[in-house]
Amino acid sequence: MNSLIHARGLIKRFEGFTAVDGIDVDVRAGEAFGFLGPNGAGKSSTMRMIGCVSPPTDGVLRILGMDPRRDGPRIRARLGVCPQLDNLDPELTVRENLTTYARFFGIPRRVARARADELLDFVQLSERADSRVEPLSGGMKRRLTIARALVNEPDLVLLDEPTTGLDPQARHLVWERLFRLKQQGVTLVLTTHYMDEAEQLCDRLVVMDGGRIVAEGSPRALIETHSTREVVELRFPTDDQSGYADKLAGIGDRAEVLPDRILLYVGDGDDALAEVHRRSLSPASALVRRSSLEDVFLHLTGRTLVD
Amino acid sequence: MLTLVLPRRLVGLEGAARRSASVAQRNVDALKTAYWLVMLGGLLEPVLYLFSIGVGVGGLVGEIALPGGRTIGYAEFVAPAMLASSAMSGALSETTFNFFGKMKFMRLYEGMLATPVRPIEIALGELSWAMLRGSVYSAAFLVIMVLLDLTTPARALLAFPAAVLVGFAFGALGMTISTLIRGWQDFDMIGAGQFALFLFSGTFVPATTYPPVLRWLVEVTPLYRAVDLIRGISIGTLGPVQVVDVLYLLAMTGAGLLIAGRRMERLLCR
Repeated sequence: MNSLIHARGLIKRFEGFTAVDGIDVDVRAGEAFGFLGPNGAGKSSTMRMIGCVSPPTDGVLRILGMDPRRDGPRIRARLGVCPQLDNLDPELTVRENLTTYARFFGIPRRVARARADELLDFVQLSERADSRVEPLSGGMKRRLTIARALVNEPDLVLLDEPTTGLDPQARHLVWERLFRLKQQGVTLVLTTHYMDEAEQLCDRLVVMDGGRIVAEGSPRALIETHSTREVVELRFPTDDQSGYADKLAGIGDRAEVLPDRILLYVGDGDDALAEVHRRSLSPASALVRRSSLEDVFLHLTGRTLVD
Repeated sequence: MLTLVLPRRLVGLEGAARRSASVAQRNVDALKTAYWLVMLGGLLEPVLYLFSIGVGVGGLVGEIALPGGRTIGYAEFVAPAMLASSAMSGALSETTFNFFGKMKFMRLYEGMLATPVRPIEIALGELSWAMLRGSVYSAAFLVIMVLLDLTTPARALLAFPAAVLVGFAFGALGMTISTLIRGWQDFDMIGAGQFALFLFSGTFVPATTYPPVLRWLVEVTPLYRAVDLIRGISIGTLGPVQVVDVLYLLAMTGAGLLIAGRRMERLLCR
């Protein structure tokens, strides 16, 4: 078995509801794999099962060829986990957060110190090494958490919404570091509800909704399969966009009516926009863009990703 | 077959011990000046009680008669109880207030559980730390007792492991309580319970002076067993009852650890 993660019919149930409803996943060594979906899609529950801190209710799950139910500690020894909410130790310094964490893996003190310095350099926090965690910005904390996840030189790094809650600049810095890791051949598994994040980082991803996988493939392939090449976004000066839907009929493959705008899925955006004007419709704003994973998600589930 | 299984078992145990130690060591790393002050406060409390009540009130009380007919000074009677209750409160404050804060607010254990460390190892590690901290108090207090001639050095040496056992037992209890607590408001209840134990566990007055029903009630409480054990050692009246005390405290330690480990697993590994 070459898969680092192998799941068949994986299910997680809590009292009264099913968070993960029978998913099949295979993640190969060296790839960056993403779980894309809105809040409540079952991404974090899946990640916690993969991280061997949440026992599966049913189904097959093998991590690094081992069974999480039996080999939890042995598997976790080879995983790096960056949780959705930072759980850094506020009573320790930045460097101690790494060295103390290394001890949980049984890494000797000297090795831990050397590795901590390397990792702080990697996440650009060397200057803050002796600072407490509290005064750090959100982006710095997230980078420190990522460094902490690398302290045991893991075979597999799990990142649960690595940039949620960060400002754009901090997000780009995190992405850039993760991209470097990917180039070094580290296997990354991440969850996100940002399509741009998924597009930038993931070689392959699954789209999750309501605990199930609704599509799978590379970002490009998903867009090609489930959307058109371009999208025209139209905003009409009215409270009810749907009144304009009929007037747009026949332009492009299909249209999605959202509360604040109408999306036209078309091959050529400029042609389509010309047709809109020919029908003497005058939207307050019109934007032609390429299809994104957001459109794939909208098409597959009828809902937007970020609500 | 056995030779194959046994080494693996031992390796497993060694790993568990090492991981538990790494959890305890995290607290050593976190030791900073401010924390030392808190620890100093923990030492001061029993000493203040000893002087104000043992020596101060003791001056009014005079001698106190033991069941065997022997009489001892009041301070001699109160001092071992102060030792036992300080071992209790040291262990409880570490395993309730601090443990709960680490679990719920700093979410430290979530981070630890993403490593090979298991819930029971966190429980063991935190308990070892609580015990280590309690031992410092106990040792210092025993030195004071010897200096004030409230016990002999030999008895003090024997009383030390007993105080450590008391710390273990209450630490395990505190951890179990922590996994059941809903929020900070519950700490008032723990405080009240702890204070009631402190006042009525044969600490200041022999339990024999209580009415039979009340006496029976007092004698099954854990601090009474702890006081009985340490007092038996420090005034030199060891008997079979102290064996019961030791078994009681050992059972409390084991049960507390087991329940706390299980509850943590249920709370954190959902």
